[in-house]
Amino acid sequence: MIEARSLTKLFQDKKRGTIRAVDDVSFTCRPGQIYGLLGANGAGKTTTLRLLATLLQPTSGGATVAGCDVRLQPEKVRANIGFLATSTALYGRLTARETIAYFGRLNGMAPAQIAARTRQLADELGLHEFLDRRVEKFSTGMKQKTSIARTLVHDPAVLVLDEPTLGLDVMAARTIVRFVRECRDRGKTVIYSTHVMSEVEKLCDVIGIIHHGRLVAEGTLERLRTRFGDPDLEEIFVRAVGGEEVAA
Amino acid sequence: MNWSNVVTVYLKELRDSLRDRRTLLSTIVVPTLIMPAIILSAGTITYKIVNKAREEIPAVMLLGGDDSPVIRAALGANAKVKLVPATADWKQRIIDKKLRAAVELPPGFDAALGHGELATVKIYNYESELRSGFAVNELRRFFTEYRDKTVTARLAAQGLPASLIKPFEIRSANVAPPEKVGGNVIGGIIPYFFIILCFTGAMYPAIDLTAGEKERGTLETILCSPVARIDLVVGKFLLVLTASLATVLFSLLSMGATFILGGILLAQGGGAAAAARGGAAQMATLPTLDPLGLLAVLAMVLPLAVLFAAGLMTIALFAKSYKEAQSYVSPLIIVIILPAMMAMLPGVELNTRLALVPILNLSLVSKELVSGVWHWHYLAMIFGSSCLYAAAALALCVRMFNRDSVIFRT
Repeated sequence: MIEARSLTKLFQDKKRGTIRAVDDVSFTCRPGQIYGLLGANGAGKTTTLRLLATLLQPTSGGATVAGCDVRLQPEKVRANIGFLATSTALYGRLTARETIAYFGRLNGMAPAQIAARTRQLADELGLHEFLDRRVEKFSTGMKQKTSIARTLVHDPAVLVLDEPTLGLDVMAARTIVRFVRECRDRGKTVIYSTHVMSEVEKLCDVIGIIHHGRLVAEGTLERLRTRFGDPDLEEIFVRAVGGEEVAA
Repeated sequence: MNWSNVVTVYLKELRDSLRDRRTLLSTIVVPTLIMPAIILSAGTITYKIVNKAREEIPAVMLLGGDDSPVIRAALGANAKVKLVPATADWKQRIIDKKLRAAVELPPGFDAALGHGELATVKIYNYESELRSGFAVNELRRFFTEYRDKTVTARLAAQGLPASLIKPFEIRSANVAPPEKVGGNVIGGIIPYFFIILCFTGAMYPAIDLTAGEKERGTLETILCSPVARIDLVVGKFLLVLTASLATVLFSLLSMGATFILGGILLAQGGGAAAAARGGAAQMATLPTLDPLGLLAVLAMVLPLAVLFAAGLMTIALFAKSYKEAQSYVSPLIIVIILPAMMAMLPGVELNTRLALVPILNLSLVSKELVSGVWHWHYLAMIFGSSCLYAAAALALCVRMFNRDSVIFRT
């Protein structure tokens, strides 16, 4: 479970002054649920997820992830999450097996446990063919699968996914979408940020629309459709953010 | 701090680095092969150039002296110079390096000597040019000898002994042990090499493990694992330190091997020894250093390596990309070289104030150490202050890793 309470993050910029990247954001994401954080580029999605993953410290407000406070127990929070983003790359000079083992060890797993988990993940994701090859020679799809295995090695209760399909081809993106669904089916708490409407429609149980750092609308797709009186998510999004032109 | 995580991070970074051609090049290949190659080739080339210059019989022009056949004949009989006919463009020919030197004899030189009058011989040369310098040395030797002979003849004519104007001889002999002489000869260069290698060895991995990881997107991947930032920093720092010390060690071993090999060649009367017979007898023995002192220098380098590793990581972490980090770090080489070189200047001696100046203090004390001189109070001061600077740099590095604005600077 993820619970964000008035989560706020301010950045100081020499030219623009104080930037409210995340502004008083509160939401709850339950186990077995995919919470879709929908927003344009620069809306505050990545910062929100980085705050939940304890990569950044909130300026005010707080959050608990799997019962752990992001301010007080950052390492415990990270031990309970799997964080995957387009910005989280892999070490090119390590093999897929070494990558999985490295993150397993950092999560306190024993060598036997790691070996068993690697076999299991390789079976599930089809990694066997390239498990002992260096990542630098991988195709995008192979890298994605290895990244998923790296994210899941410690079987985390919560998954934080920041635009994981950005820049991927159709096949690689489908692998991700399938993996997210499977995680939900296994009862994991999933928070998923994107600006792709179709992904949200296909995947998310609850949608939070974020704009200029603020959560401007929240609810299931049906509820949002009722509230904004439009079946099209793109129209809902535009109305929620105030009808203004949103930078792509 | 969780040491198990530190070791995990360190071992991963070590494995990663050992598979990286650039790290292997800068840490092992360059210090092992290139440094001795440079030293040997530079040494051999210099040696050959000097020997060739020594073997050359310099072309010397005699200006004037048409009325002094005695000195002309004596100079012409000297096989160590080749007299060429006088021309008006002698200055230009010296500048063009076609002529090594010119000797100007005053009118009536022979006659002046006969009458006991003072005559001045002028030698024109190309200052700082090696072969011109050798020609001047030879001319000076010739005219000094000629003057001495003239004086001796005059004294003999008066029935006086030669010792009248040369009542005693002056001779000097070295009593300092060879390692002290060696320390003075190359004691300044050894720490200079160590400091530069220590820095350059840490440079590449420090950038790669910070700005490089930022650029490749792997820093965010590792930051979202449960490893604490301090464990991550210490693990990475230990790898940078390892690379720095490995660079020093590999270069030391290969330089040692080069010296031993050079020594064997000299002892066997090989090419170098043959060259030494050509006049540079001092080259026949390699400088000796105090081995204990050398070990102490290595120990003193340790806190400096820590300072470099942590300092470089802190600076490189600010950069968004590898290239940006390189532009921050590269100018620092000058900052490092300056104090390292200052120790080689004559008159710069170790004192309480200089013992607190990083890099310079190590350079100065190393010069003493390899000569077998142990200033314990200075050693304690330098080691202590270096450890303090290193600890401060490491603390700053950890702090930087905890700053969002640095880690996620875009």
